[in-house]
Amino acid sequence: MIKFKAHIDIMPMEELLDPQGKVVTQSLHKLGLNEIDHVRIGKHITLTITAASEADAKNKVDDACKKLLANLIMERYSFTLTQV
Amino acid sequence: MKFGVVVFPGSNCDQDTINVLRNVYGYETLALWHKDTDLHGCDFIFIPGGFSYGDYLRCGAVARFSPIMESIIAFAKNGGYVMGICNGFQVLCEAHLLPGVLLRNDSQKFICKNIFLKPATNNTILTQNIPMDSVLKIPIAHAEGRYFADEATINALEKNNQILFRYCNEDGTVNAVANPNGAINNIAGICNEGRNVFGMMPHPERAAEIHLGNTDGRLIFDSILNNILQTS
Repeated sequence: MIKFKAHIDIMPMEELLDPQGKVVTQSLHKLGLNEIDHVRIGKHITLTITAASEADAKNKVDDACKKLLANLIMERYSFTLTQV
Repeated sequence: MKFGVVVFPGSNCDQDTINVLRNVYGYETLALWHKDTDLHGCDFIFIPGGFSYGDYLRCGAVARFSPIMESIIAFAKNGGYVMGICNGFQVLCEAHLLPGVLLRNDSQKFICKNIFLKPATNNTILTQNIPMDSVLKIPIAHAEGRYFADEATINALEKNNQILFRYCNEDGTVNAVANPNGAINNIAGICNEGRNVFGMMPHPERAAEIHLGNTDGRLIFDSILNNILQTS
């Protein structure tokens, strides 16, 4: 069995208003950082997983994202796996 | 007629709901602990407001996997009556007993105030006895109440008359100004296709006693009771 670390990014869907991101964009503009725009805020989750192969680990993380970590009505996820 | 009110760690409207059902209406009402699986023969289950499991991950996401919810999902799929108020609505969406999701309010603020609601259908036990031109004053208290679902789901909800209530102004006009949280089509509450699972963000249990200065919430409880007692 191989141990992997997953880095998962969960972001609000592009077409949805992200009020948190909008407020932070406005605050950055107040700081004079007017070149920055379209801030969107999501979650970053790390976890370790033991699996027979990288493909197996990928399937399991996919399952975790679909069943609990992300709500696909409002969010999209992506992740990377590294062997530890 | 027996009611059950679920108690999760972080529920904070469970006692209000129990008080209304038990003391205002005089029905046997049980608190159902989240770690239990037995619904004790309850005929109608309430999932109360609050911050179940600290709103960790997403509102309602963790509560959905508690032991009691497995029993409630089976109960609802068998036609049992389940109603979620506020956080309870969020839990029911996460459990896929109701379609859609409750997003962060468009103002990014927690909103605690009285709002106005009007029924959008009278084809549910919850709204059947409420005249369609009524305007109910009911409090809301939430940060994540912006109802959202994809276009196909919203169209289906509208077509099947699954919208229970819409946010309106004091005169009953449904418009953007009267929408406190940015919910699609001013949706404040919905039911499932089977019309036995209900969810709403406003708190009728906080508006059901003269001592609290507002009894508009009783219209909803009255409607539920009248129709359930007739059919049971």
